[in-house]
Amino acid sequence: MTHWIGRVRVMPRAGLLDPQGHAVEHALGALGFDGVQRVRVGRTVEIALEAGSEPEVRDRLRQMCEKLVANPVTEDFTIDAVEAAP
Amino acid sequence: MRIAVVRFPGSNCDADALHAAELAGHQASFVWHRSADLAGADVVILPGGFSYGDYLRPGAIARFSPVMQAVTAHARAGGPVIGICNGFQILCEAHLLPGQLVRNEGLAFVCRPVTVRVESDATPFTSGYRVGQELRMPVAHGDGRYVADDATLDRLEADGRVVFRYVGNPNGALRDIAGIRNEEGNVVGMMPHPERAVESLLGSTDGLAMFRGLAIPAVVS
Repeated sequence: MTHWIGRVRVMPRAGLLDPQGHAVEHALGALGFDGVQRVRVGRTVEIALEAGSEPEVRDRLRQMCEKLVANPVTEDFTIDAVEAAP
Repeated sequence: MRIAVVRFPGSNCDADALHAAELAGHQASFVWHRSADLAGADVVILPGGFSYGDYLRPGAIARFSPVMQAVTAHARAGGPVIGICNGFQILCEAHLLPGQLVRNEGLAFVCRPVTVRVESDATPFTSGYRVGQELRMPVAHGDGRYVADDATLDRLEADGRVVFRYVGNPNGALRDIAGIRNEEGNVVGMMPHPERAVESLLGSTDGLAMFRGLAIPAVVS
């Protein structure tokens, strides 16, 4: 068994109102950052786990997201990175 | 009726719910979230609060508490279940009700009395009201904006499963939805707090009929 670290990104589904993203967008404008076109706020979840292979890690991360880490009603998730733990 | 008020770590409307149930003449008791059974209760209340600190998403962790298996079995058998505020969020996360409650449109935590209109009296909790009746009761939430995809919303409307609608939407909830029910009508979720509107001292008694109505035999499929 190998130790792995998986990074999962959970974002509000495109097209859905993201009030946090809007608030940050306005605040950036107020701070003088020009040209900001859109901000969306999501979260990254880092999961350290033991597994035999990278495909197995990805499969388990996907199951975790479907069951708990993301809500399929309003959120999309992507598995950003899977690395062997140092 | 024997009423179980489920306590999760972070529940904070549990005592109010118990008080409202007792005021309406029921025998009410607390059930800890680690319990595997509901102590023989006829009706289950999932109270408001911030179970597990709202970590990840409101209700997302609480839905995996051991007691939720018993709550789900009770609901599937036709037993009345109501989720108020955080309880509504838990019922959605547990897929006992469709959709989800997300951050309020204005981002602010909204804590004030609102007016809701009764849209369905076909639940054990709203049989004491008439459709179209307007009720005054408080909301207190940061994540109370009801969302679901258009197909789900259309189905809820077509099947008469919207139970309460805001008159003056406080959180941006789609189609002004404040409360819904499942297909059978025995599971209800709502963001406003009827248990905080049961005595004139609290500013409204409009919520009392919700608990009184339970004296009528429950709708069992």
